[in-house]
Amino acid sequence: MTALEIQNLVKVYDKDTYALRGIDLTVAEGDFFALLGPNGAGKSTAIGIISSLVNKTSGSVKVFGHDLDTDVVATKASIGLVPQEFNFNGFEPIINTITNVAGYNGIPFSVAKKRAEHYLKRLDLWDKRNAAGRELSGGMKRRLMIARALVHEPKMLILDEPTAGVDIEIRRSMWDYLSEINSQNGTTIILTTHYLEEAEALCRNVAIIDHGQIIENGAVTKLLSQAMQETFVLNLYSDLTEAPSIKPFTTRLRDDANQLEVDVPKGESVTSMIDALKNRGIQVGSIRTKSNRLEAFFLRLIGKNDGAAP
Amino acid sequence: MNYWRLQWIAYCTIVRKEVRRFTRIWVQTITPPAVNALLYMLIFGGLIGSRIREVDGFAYMDFLIPGIIMMGIITSSYGNVVSSFFGTKLQKHIEELLVSPVSNTTILAGYITGGVARGAAVGMIVSLVAMFFTDLRPVHPVTTIFIAVLTSIMFSLGGLINAVYAQTFDECSIVPNFVLAPLTYLGGIFYSISMLPPLAQKLSLFNPVLYMINGFRYGILGISDIPLWQSFAVIMVFIVILGTIAMTLLNRGVGIKP
Repeated sequence: MTALEIQNLVKVYDKDTYALRGIDLTVAEGDFFALLGPNGAGKSTAIGIISSLVNKTSGSVKVFGHDLDTDVVATKASIGLVPQEFNFNGFEPIINTITNVAGYNGIPFSVAKKRAEHYLKRLDLWDKRNAAGRELSGGMKRRLMIARALVHEPKMLILDEPTAGVDIEIRRSMWDYLSEINSQNGTTIILTTHYLEEAEALCRNVAIIDHGQIIENGAVTKLLSQAMQETFVLNLYSDLTEAPSIKPFTTRLRDDANQLEVDVPKGESVTSMIDALKNRGIQVGSIRTKSNRLEAFFLRLIGKNDGAAP
Repeated sequence: MNYWRLQWIAYCTIVRKEVRRFTRIWVQTITPPAVNALLYMLIFGGLIGSRIREVDGFAYMDFLIPGIIMMGIITSSYGNVVSSFFGTKLQKHIEELLVSPVSNTTILAGYITGGVARGAAVGMIVSLVAMFFTDLRPVHPVTTIFIAVLTSIMFSLGGLINAVYAQTFDECSIVPNFVLAPLTYLGGIFYSISMLPPLAQKLSLFNPVLYMINGFRYGILGISDIPLWQSFAVIMVFIVILGTIAMTLLNRGVGIKP
């Protein structure tokens, strides 16, 4: 079944400020989907329209077959939203924040209390249940918004930059939790993120949006296969005076004379690159990717699309 | 889930949240109207009122008390909804409601009930204070309650409309200070319009608050400058007009949805 079906979605702010220029998007049930794009590309507007926070100008949105225009209750009941900005009552004890949202979704108070306990415990916030929202740390606030979005157990969870500003440990634990609810509960997850590593690690499918248009859409593996090259940073056992020429690879010496950057074109293997260096008497101590492949692909696409739309 | 059950649970949740809000900050919400009422009764009713002859056959203190109670109900109902809904907008947790399957009618009903609840709480506290100054009991208790609740609904609707348009805290206080306060003070709390010159009497009839205070005074004292049916009619007309405006604003997402 299709979890999300968007057709020709347009949003115009003011008179002629186009945020979305007729996007089409389909997300399958159970998918883990990333919506990528630079700032101002239209990601948050698209998510705002799907979750009823923004009025669309034209087009249609269907969530699990429910039309946003004609079946708004069923549509909204299917969605849990974790927005980019903190948007809970900072003066309310956080357990009330959760039980209130459960109530808005028609969950009786007695059930809401149990669910609040479950999700607050699962997200390590139970000890803070009587603290006001404003007293929480940034990472706790993010987790509170996830607990709040899950309390009515939606079939689709939408997260707008969910790990922005949280430390690596919390980010990893959030990744684990999102993967768990996707794989175990079958919850469809759509996220926007600036961390392309996050999209590559978590998502099966991805759409790239820029200037209000979808410029690429497909499986992460398929997109990665289109990446033209990958750049590696090599730590060498000895310093170099200049970058060696080892075709078809492109090499650059970094500020540290014992660090070399090498572009490995699509179709070439890392092993052959290391062998080529070894043949020049250059010993490699360690190796790491400079940027992930999705990031490289993303930057190439965005660069190509610059100025394409008015 | 059944649509009506969902809306009922959501309504109860909004009301519970609203009542919890104004009771949590009772020093700001409940105490000031009680203190104001006490001062009005001491100064105008006790000190100055003792030198004033009867008004429409009642001691000035007794004449004054219904208006003082109604003033507390009006300002509290309006103030509760305007501050709560504006705060909800400002902190963006209005989005909790917008993404949930709560109908706009339920949102409106929940906030209005919150306003009425605070109006009722303040009305009761001021009535308790009044008991130290008079042994009056309502002549028409049902009328008293109806007029109080309907007036509270009307001003709660006004507060919500104000909050929808307000962008700053200043804009939340303009209407209460520059519209509501003059209308209330000139609405016959302290005097009967029969005491005014003919032109002022006619102008007073354009003040909607006059109808509410007189309707409430009729309920407690059994006297009024205005026929009771006119009080009900004016309040109902305003409720319908303000209710329609509030629903239209919510449905269009004015001030809350880009």
